[in-house]
Amino acid sequence: MTDRSNLVPIGGIRTPVEGRHHILSVLVENRAGVLARVALLFSRRGYNIYSLAVAPTDDERFSRLTMVVDVETASLEQITKQLHKLINVIKISEVDPSQAVEYECMLATVAAEGHNRAKVMELVELYDGEIVDVGVDQLTLMFALPPGRLDDVEAFLAEFGLVELQRTGRIALGKLPKPVRRTKRGKVS
Amino acid sequence: MKLTGAQALIKSLEMQGVETIFGLPGGAILPVYDPLLDSPIRHILVRHEQGAGHAAEGYAQATGRPGVAMVTSGPAATNIVTAIADAYVDSIPIVVITGQVATSSIGSDAFQETDTTGITMSVTKHNWLVTSASEIPRVVAEAFHVATSGRPGPVLIDFPKDVANQVMEWYWPKRLDLPGYQPTTKGHPKMIEQAAAIIAGAERPVIYAGGGVMRAGVAGQVLELAERTGIPVVTTLMARGIIPDSHPLALGMPGMHGCYTAVTALQRADLLITLGARFDDRVTGKVDGFAPVAKVIHIDVDPAEVGKVRRADIPIVGDLRSVLPELIRRLPAEQLRIAPWIGEIRGWQQRYPLSYEPSASGRPIKPQYVVERISAAATPDTILVSGVGQHQMWASQYFRFERPNGWINSGGLGTMGFAVPAAIGAKVGRPGSTVWVIDGDGCFQMTAQELVTASAERIPIKVAILNNGYLGMVRQWQEMFYEERYSEVYLSPDLPDYVKWAEAMGGVGFRVEEESEVDPVIEKANQIHDRPVVIDFRVDTFEKVYPMVPAGSTNDEIVLPPHQRGER
Ligand SMILES: Cc1ncc(C[n+]2csc(CCOP(=O)(O)OP(=O)(O)O)c2C)c(N)n1
Ligand SMILES: [Mg+2]
Repeated sequence: MTDRSNLVPIGGIRTPVEGRHHILSVLVENRAGVLARVALLFSRRGYNIYSLAVAPTDDERFSRLTMVVDVETASLEQITKQLHKLINVIKISEVDPSQAVEYECMLATVAAEGHNRAKVMELVELYDGEIVDVGVDQLTLMFALPPGRLDDVEAFLAEFGLVELQRTGRIALGKLPKPVRRTKRGKVS
Repeated sequence: MKLTGAQALIKSLEMQGVETIFGLPGGAILPVYDPLLDSPIRHILVRHEQGAGHAAEGYAQATGRPGVAMVTSGPAATNIVTAIADAYVDSIPIVVITGQVATSSIGSDAFQETDTTGITMSVTKHNWLVTSASEIPRVVAEAFHVATSGRPGPVLIDFPKDVANQVMEWYWPKRLDLPGYQPTTKGHPKMIEQAAAIIAGAERPVIYAGGGVMRAGVAGQVLELAERTGIPVVTTLMARGIIPDSHPLALGMPGMHGCYTAVTALQRADLLITLGARFDDRVTGKVDGFAPVAKVIHIDVDPAEVGKVRRADIPIVGDLRSVLPELIRRLPAEQLRIAPWIGEIRGWQQRYPLSYEPSASGRPIKPQYVVERISAAATPDTILVSGVGQHQMWASQYFRFERPNGWINSGGLGTMGFAVPAAIGAKVGRPGSTVWVIDGDGCFQMTAQELVTASAERIPIKVAILNNGYLGMVRQWQEMFYEERYSEVYLSPDLPDYVKWAEAMGGVGFRVEEESEVDPVIEKANQIHDRPVVIDFRVDTFEKVYPMVPAGSTNDEIVLPPHQRGER
């Protein structure tokens, strides 16, 4: 049996309350130590990072950090102003959660024996997941979903028996403008 | 032209116009000390690396140019961290160069390895670990630019030993590539316009000038703003001397130990014109109760300061050098009609001037008296440097500051031991000025080994120890807030023997116990130009700093000295 004593209880990692979280997309120079500077700034000033995703951009001189910050701990304005003072931070954009597509990815190993197995496979189907590894009585699944839906999946998986779970930090991009539908009388409001 | 990394470092410093380095060598920085022998740069060998850092700070504040310190890796790097942190909170431009173990050993816990960039990350404006000799000119140029532009501050260059020995092709960067660093200089014209309008309509305005005004070197414009409008000025601990204390619009220092008038003027104001100040808790007292009815114009070069503690009604991010002339240009030609306000202020000044009870005959000397007498004998070019504690507050209160950059102290960090090495740096930077230190007995003991540096390098500073035999400021708090339960604050006035200490370190020592001896000894000290002087002034142990706003109270709860109480 897998040792489950280190498992984070469900509910320990939840999406912060809507409206209290903000997404910052931070373009930084791709240099040694930059992530440490950002992380240190947050801890030193008592701000909370809820989730963090880092990857190089298409321009290899730069990386992009996507941070979900909890603005209970400090005003967003202070956080961004302090971030801007870091010499390696080039640009900060705030992504409004209501005007963005947000995704997180999750890998989860669940118990899948007997009739459970079919139920797990059904869940994978329903949530557009993928079975990425198959064991005798366990399955490892992958889901890439908006955070709220991923929370739902996580809750279901807990019912089957979670063995191990890993979620990524959130990534987000602003929503694209949509064409305006026209009627004979003009714009639809 | 081929140079070694060490040669390139020294040459880069020369390119930046560096004339003086304060430092102390060791294994990792050894290669850099060799080409230093062939350089016109003067190196001043300190006796402890913290001293090198404070000396660089003193130099920077006295000259307006960045101070430079160079030390080796490991313990030397950690020794200088206090000074770096001090420079960070007081926005002092210094460039610190630390040796580092060879790049191949970094991360292996090699001899005298510390993670210097990691340790100093949160107390520098930026730091660099040089990994190849070809980076040196670029990094040095960037470091000086970052240290001196925008809101100034300390930077650190960590310099591995093998990089010093690499060979590189010399170049000097034509332009800097710092895409993430573009300090705002110009204030928003609309905001400046609004600021001018609000000033014109104010009834009880005060100019609240902080250390940023000193850094920007805009004392002239602040005076112009004040005189043009007739608005009075409070000068924080970091801004003493921004307008002459003798000026009718000068109200003195606000804050925990500020004078009644400055504190109360801020409290009653309907408009604060905040210039390069940051609403430090030592100024505001309990923030919620600070200047409760005032609108705030906040002008600062650091966007993060604007609105950080107190919401600004008119936030202006920009360099005072450009914003102030723009603001003054837009102001009405005549002075404001604020006679009732000025009248109220004059009333406070008359009723509650800064004052202390003079010493009765045969009683110990009052510390304030010593400060007054040093001030009275001081030539206009005198620079006053202080440590941290009661003596610092008395120095700030009772010395007459008549010009900017004549007052150097550790404000934001409150670093005991700052004074002696900072004074050395100031004297090196402005050899023509007389440099006086007003130090506490406790502070003096923390860094007095630098008197050896002063003697050896012929840096004739003058140190007045206000020897009260105590960690006086802490003693004052224990007396007032801990029912006189004195815990670990007694030092003894006789141990050490400060006169012998001065003599042992190559200086002149005096001891003064009578008020009548104060003037003559100051006169004697002012005549000594070839070595440091230390005067052990035996002062009244029981004297407390007043006024005082107790921690956690609002500025309305200011406590006056006993002889001024009961009238309010
Ligand atoms: C490095 C450091 N340690 C401790 C303190 C706390 N502290 C503030 S003032 C003070 C007393 C200073 O004593 P002294 O130099 O004799 O000055 P006095 O207050 O007696 O004038 C102390 C211990 C400090 N500011 N800095
Ligand atoms: Mg003392």
